Amino acid sequence: MTRQQSHTLAVRAITAVSVLVIVPILLVIGYVVAHGIGTVDWTFLTQPPRDGMRAGGIMPALLGTLVLAAGTAVVTLPAGIGAAIFLAEYAGDNRMTRAVRLAIVNLAGIPSIVYGLFGLGAFVLFLRFGTSIVAGALTLGIMTLPVVISTAEEAIRAVPDQFRTVSLSLGATRWQTIRHHVLPHALPGILTGIILGLGRAAGETAPILFTVAAFYLPELPRSIFDQTMALPYHLYVISTQVPGMPLGMQYGTALVLLLLVLSMTLSATLIRTRMRRRREW
Amino acid sequence: MTATPAESAVPPEPTAPPRAARSSRLLAERVIEAAIALAGVSTVVIVALIFLFLLRESTAAFLDVPLRQLMGTRWYPIEGLFGFLPLIAGSLVVTIGAVVIAVPLGLITAIYLGEIAPPSQREVLKPIIEVLAGIPSIVLGFVGWVALAPLVQQLGATTGLTALTGSLILAYMALPTIISISEDALYAVPKAYRDGALAIGATQWQTIWRVVLPAARSGIVIAVMLGIGRAIGETMAVMMVTGNAANIPALGPGLFLQPVRTMTATIAAEMGEVQRGSLHYSTLFAIGVVLFVITFGINYVAGRLIGASGGPRRRGQL
Amino acid sequence: MPFDLQSPVRTIQAAADVPGPRPRRAPVGRAVAVALAVVLSAAALSTAGCRSGSGDAADAQAAGTGRAIQNKGSDTLVNLALAWAEAYRGVAPDVSIAVTGGGSGTGIAALVNGTVDIANASREMKDEEMAEARAKGMDPQEFVVAIDALAVVVHPSNPVDRLTVDQLADLFSGRATNWRDVGGRDAPVVLVSRETNSGTHVYFLEEVVRKGDADNPDIFAPQTLLMPSSVGITSEVQRNPNAIGYDGLGYVNPAHEKLVAVGRGGSAPYVVPSVASGADGSYPIARNLYMYTAHPPTGAIAAYLDWVRGPHGQRIVADLGFVPLPNGPDGAAP
Repeated sequence: MTRQQSHTLAVRAITAVSVLVIVPILLVIGYVVAHGIGTVDWTFLTQPPRDGMRAGGIMPALLGTLVLAAGTAVVTLPAGIGAAIFLAEYAGDNRMTRAVRLAIVNLAGIPSIVYGLFGLGAFVLFLRFGTSIVAGALTLGIMTLPVVISTAEEAIRAVPDQFRTVSLSLGATRWQTIRHHVLPHALPGILTGIILGLGRAAGETAPILFTVAAFYLPELPRSIFDQTMALPYHLYVISTQVPGMPLGMQYGTALVLLLLVLSMTLSATLIRTRMRRRREW
Repeated sequence: MTATPAESAVPPEPTAPPRAARSSRLLAERVIEAAIALAGVSTVVIVALIFLFLLRESTAAFLDVPLRQLMGTRWYPIEGLFGFLPLIAGSLVVTIGAVVIAVPLGLITAIYLGEIAPPSQREVLKPIIEVLAGIPSIVLGFVGWVALAPLVQQLGATTGLTALTGSLILAYMALPTIISISEDALYAVPKAYRDGALAIGATQWQTIWRVVLPAARSGIVIAVMLGIGRAIGETMAVMMVTGNAANIPALGPGLFLQPVRTMTATIAAEMGEVQRGSLHYSTLFAIGVVLFVITFGINYVAGRLIGASGGPRRRGQL
Repeated sequence: MPFDLQSPVRTIQAAADVPGPRPRRAPVGRAVAVALAVVLSAAALSTAGCRSGSGDAADAQAAGTGRAIQNKGSDTLVNLALAWAEAYRGVAPDVSIAVTGGGSGTGIAALVNGTVDIANASREMKDEEMAEARAKGMDPQEFVVAIDALAVVVHPSNPVDRLTVDQLADLFSGRATNWRDVGGRDAPVVLVSRETNSGTHVYFLEEVVRKGDADNPDIFAPQTLLMPSSVGITSEVQRNPNAIGYDGLGYVNPAHEKLVAVGRGGSAPYVVPSVASGADGSYPIARNLYMYTAHPPTGAIAAYLDWVRGPHGQRIVADLGFVPLPNGPDGAAP
């Protein structure tokens, strides 16, 4: 076999394997879409479940997931962006910074079910929030921190240093420089991180199992100390816990969850691409 | 006047005339900067708190269950049998299976994306892989349960709910991590290496195989480790497709075609029904401690490697 | 980001940071303290808020106004409880009932902790749970609300259609691993069960695997597939020709899986599980399902329990495939 032949062969093999990776992804999405599209309509999205959740819609679960995502944002935004500014603008090369970086890497690696245990121990039991939206949002918020911090830090670092030099040389203080000349330019990147993080939070089941999710509630939650239904847990419940569940309901719920999370991931990707194109430095 | 960053962190210069407005603004600024530093520090505090709360809830298990029993081969908590071995073995088998599938696939896809694919293809393929990272694990578990398990059963397993089913799902969940980090690692290999190899007459494949891959070694190791970390911690999808039998799988050709019970699935399946404060409850937190220590170890080592290699994110230049 | 843009500023920053940490550490420490204080006071406030909240709720409930009755516990009962709660809206529109599963243990624990009004259980309260509740000044009340016959199911293609309790014990404890051992084909047995801490699992362990003998140390074979839910069992049995599982009669569908007739052994007849054979006691594997309240019920809760155990509630029991109470509200499985 000549060198050129072996090269061609290798390239073909590599291409084939890449197809092996890509195709199942599209198959999974196509499978859920094809089976679920018939169920999803306006009624499905806006009606509460009926008949032991075998009929009706998924409104309380969808709403619960949106509320949880909002709560997650409230928890994760200040801490996440603050930590990103700290790392990008203030942190020196010292033990403290290394500890923070190590902490973020490890937060990103902690299994979601362990976050669920922590939420149960810390928020539900120790702080006595009970299984509630607060406990769930705090748990998800902490889980989302590393994603928000690392993308936001990257975005802040990508702002050219000339911006800082000029601002500082005109007499602005360090915070003024960050506030007026760094953060506005880093905003799209920060936004990307937030949307990615919230998308991940919205799709997670394990952290909300013991902290907030309810099997079925006849009414919407009235305060943040109430339980709520949530879309991922609802999918788990109706695909494993309720006998005689029409398959369409399961596929429909899976499709809505998939669309919700993927639209967030995709919009984050789009923002990033557009941002890169429009960047004028 | 030039204000260097260092000055904003220390009290106003004595040469500057102290004006009320200025000093109040400086005060506000110091509060903001303290809050920013606090946000940074909070990440360390949170990791410590997570570990402390896991320990706090699991003390009873570590104190009251003899170590020999924790090392036992039977997990049957309602009879007081708290052997971790079947669960650790279950997590290990599923993770090894996932890594064996995901690492070659991920690495080869990274090579394709980084070295072979034309830019137009890359623009399409990379978002698809990012989409994979975004599919909720419960959705993958659902598809695995309704569609993949019956296929695995046709391979000759006694049931479709096996370690292999879990490994396949986990492999695809770990792929985005492995692909993106190894691609960064390949990208970080200086262009001059490639130019040099090509200039002395190597084909593109020889360049990749003999020059680029060895140079990207440490980044690839990091990718594999983080992929393992991702796989070992996954819960819902695994719980739906591995059968959850707390059995130490028999070694042999059928290893991956047996049902297993992972540590994560055990926590998720049992915590909901357990009596708060009981020994069983505490033991489930002890499993959490084991998971925390394993993932912390993996990420700590990977983090050190990232530090040592200058980080796979640093784009390559000589 | 192109690296040649790295300006001296970053370098100055880094240089400033090296001696810098000391003056900065003080504000950090103070800020940590302040933040902790804020978090703790917020926690204290919210806890107080919770307490007063549930106090108000208890008053509202006593007055019989529209507060949700909290109902939690057994996963076996959850679908039945859900159906009752939905139907009861038509009876008493101002009473809303929030139903959650989680298992018998969870429901009883929540009852003892005072966070639910009614606990659903597929087993009796344990002595220690009872003692814990009494220690808190409660007087737990037990109500049998339905009977659950546990059906043993196999794949429709499986030739085995009758088994004794002894044979079931051999299968589920792992002594018999091939269908040949109980008169079937030459094929490995795949055991399917609920999770270990569900009331269903415990009942099957005590009454079938251990044949009702409390001193019998047998447990389920380690190869048993443990399903987090009833539906997992029936789905696996439907698609696996070698599987055998057990589940509440309300969860099985004779059109998709085969119900096995169970005999007590000896010359005793083999009985197919049904509402009738569960009610008259001829089917060997049947048990009571319970609701518990922390105190003798009054007001809306008492009315609800009466309705559940009355003709309307029991008709729903039969509709869902469970066994209704035989002799009016006070009947129970023998």
